[in-house]
Amino acid sequence: MLHIVNKSPGERSTLASCLAHARPGHSVLLIEDAVYAATKGHAAAGAVGRAIGAGVKLFVLRPDLEARARAGAVAEGIVQVDYRGFVDLVTQNPRVQSWL
Amino acid sequence: MGTIDAGGKTYEVDEEGYLVNLADWNEELAGEIAKAEKIEMSDNHWEVVNFLREYYNEYQIAPAVRVLTKAIGKKLGPEKGSNQYLYELFPYGPAKQACKIAGLPKPTGCV
Amino acid sequence: MEATGTVKKFLFVNRKAPYGSVYALEGLEVVLISAAFDQDVGLAFLDDGVYQLAKGQNTKAIEAKNFSPTYRALEGYDIEKLYVERESLEARGLTEDDLLVDVTVLDAAGMAALMDEMDVMISF
Repeated sequence: MLHIVNKSPGERSTLASCLAHARPGHSVLLIEDAVYAATKGHAAAGAVGRAIGAGVKLFVLRPDLEARARAGAVAEGIVQVDYRGFVDLVTQNPRVQSWL
Repeated sequence: MGTIDAGGKTYEVDEEGYLVNLADWNEELAGEIAKAEKIEMSDNHWEVVNFLREYYNEYQIAPAVRVLTKAIGKKLGPEKGSNQYLYELFPYGPAKQACKIAGLPKPTGCV
Repeated sequence: MEATGTVKKFLFVNRKAPYGSVYALEGLEVVLISAAFDQDVGLAFLDDGVYQLAKGQNTKAIEAKNFSPTYRALEGYDIEKLYVERESLEARGLTEDDLLVDVTVLDAAGMAALMDEMDVMISF
């Protein structure tokens, strides 16, 4: 399953909720304001790191990082993807859950 | 937006003839809406209209036809809980016509 | 409406409080419409979404439509699977007794497992 999150973890609990329901082997893609959660030193880094440790695969959309000047600050273990990679993730995962 | 007259008063209806303000409803007005729909109200018609108003009062929605049919059958007897019975009373669809006469909004998911 | 094709398991995931935004009401309307398509439909309530089911809502003074009674109509639409997350209730000082419909309470792990069984999830 692919989970997609687009809200900043500084503003909403969406990411925390998503990570609490993502199971080992699932993928989580961070887009739009959620990309901040992928950056080093962010308060959400602990929760993201624990999810990766538990076997959840983390992806972040690079165009959204670039727009926000955060492309150089992505934490280890998180894979950057472009729009093509976004499409690949959607086609590889038969089920997609968009967390609003 | 249009209007409909009943009992010497004028009430607002939308472009499809549904009453704009639920609270405006009264039996005389219902009779006028029925006339505009070319329906002559019998006791059986009133039974369905009153049922709809009770349903709306309880659940705050107009039921889908399938749900209405089932609920009517449960409350008024299985012979009345059929599409055929309800369409005989309201040829253009119980949801559409009966809801309109009952002063309710168009049912959610009404297709 | 006749079902075409296979029946899929749908879960509508409600995570927003009522009235502050339009999500809860819009979600409920989509659920009611979905009932016409003869699919296997369930509803999940987590985070602030649990507030949608709180007993005793009174919207008179804010002049908004109180749509909470509509959750009790779902049974008549053959939508009987309502799941609520225990942690979300606890974090808000609520218990099952504060809810206006019968629900199945699941912990977060149970909710995650439920989601994993679904074919389609739609969030509101």
